[in-house]
Amino acid sequence: MSPSISVSLGQVAAALALVALAVGISFWRRTDLERDIVVATVRSFVQLTAIGYAIKLIFEADTIWLVVALLSVMVLFGALTARSRAKKVPGAFWPLLIGLAIAAASTLGLVVALGIFEATPRYLVPVGGMMIGNAMTASAVALNRLGDEVSESRAAIEATLALGATAREAALPFVRRAMRSGTIALVDSTKTTGLIFFPGTMVGMLLAGAEPTDAVRLQLILLYLLLGSTAIAALVATGLAYRHFFTPAQQLRELG
Amino acid sequence: MLFELRDVSLARGDRQVLDAVSAEIHSGATAIVGPSGSGKSTLLRLLNRLADPDAGTIAYRERPLSGYEPLALRREVSLVPQLPSLLEGTVESNLAYAARLAGKELDAARCLGHAGLDPGFAARDVGKLSVGEQQRAMLARALAQEPAVLLLDEPTSALDHDARDAIEATLGRLRAELDIALILVSHDPEQARRLADRAVRLEAGRVAACGPLAEALA
Repeated sequence: MSPSISVSLGQVAAALALVALAVGISFWRRTDLERDIVVATVRSFVQLTAIGYAIKLIFEADTIWLVVALLSVMVLFGALTARSRAKKVPGAFWPLLIGLAIAAASTLGLVVALGIFEATPRYLVPVGGMMIGNAMTASAVALNRLGDEVSESRAAIEATLALGATAREAALPFVRRAMRSGTIALVDSTKTTGLIFFPGTMVGMLLAGAEPTDAVRLQLILLYLLLGSTAIAALVATGLAYRHFFTPAQQLRELG
Repeated sequence: MLFELRDVSLARGDRQVLDAVSAEIHSGATAIVGPSGSGKSTLLRLLNRLADPDAGTIAYRERPLSGYEPLALRREVSLVPQLPSLLEGTVESNLAYAARLAGKELDAARCLGHAGLDPGFAARDVGKLSVGEQQRAMLARALAQEPAVLLLDEPTSALDHDARDAIEATLGRLRAELDIALILVSHDPEQARRLADRAVRLEAGRVAACGPLAEALA
């Protein structure tokens, strides 16, 4: 689809000048972010380098099972990371894990079934990683909001339960708001894409020398996939997680 | 007998909220009285299974409460919480929701009338009601389910004197007009005297007295 370009380590090192600038600004304006910026820079270097080599191996091995293994690890770490942001939701791990797994499997399955991409590591690994990363953010935001909503609205939820409503009925307004907050950021950025910002894939392809029309079409496919995967992940995670706030007797649990 | 509680205990963290509570609650109007933190509201919540006790048994109409399906029980033993909490929308949509859950036909004007509100309130947005009006709308919503027992948690605590007197008059009329049992939590023994004919008096999670008003509040 595009001619490949090579980037030297020297070029990467030169880009660190911008990181130094960010550290300098933080120091100058006393935002106390210098340490975080350095940690983020080192982590991004180590993690991306490692995943770069892992992807290289997977591309060379060219077997679907290694792709499945890599995406499974991504789903697992995605769920663990999102759980740390959804502290008020009891047992958030499984809803997140299932949500991410279904989002990844359904979107990748669809793109292969529709013939958009071939079922090869070169397509499945980067697309899958993107889907899982965005789905993780969406489901973490959604569950974080769900935890806040339920803990702030206990009286309202109990008032509805007291009428003989099911836990699902009592939680529905809060589940809806949580789902909305999980997906709204991507919906908004999709609305403004091309006007206010250029999305990463398109920028990457243009830098790599691809035709602008190719770059735009691929970006559109990915944006639509992202809309689907974030919606699925937020739907499944909130739909499973709200149950953990209730007992089988449709009572709101007392949480510490 | 309506409810029979035997050695009912419930802890929240380190705190023993109810400690071996035994009491009998008959039809008519019963007040659960006691100082703040004595476990009154917790006891009320056990009666329609918004919570279950850690130990002990509660029977409703001679049958263990644990044997009732919680949702069906809550439609028959309806609880009006201390602070009004209506669903977004109109008063009528709230009443219709409650009636639908209980499988009843809604007569909004009748429910509003029993709660001391004129039929014009049906179309009002709940966000634009005063606290007193919201409390009455909560009462009307509970009545839309045609419950056999009405549990009222401090029904006038958020209200001024005039609104309190009006709600008390409404509850008095309810008893006269409907075949409904009232169990109300109140921190005010005088209110219990005005509204109830029996009382359960709690102190620090234990029953200090239980029986006819004159004995229980002596």
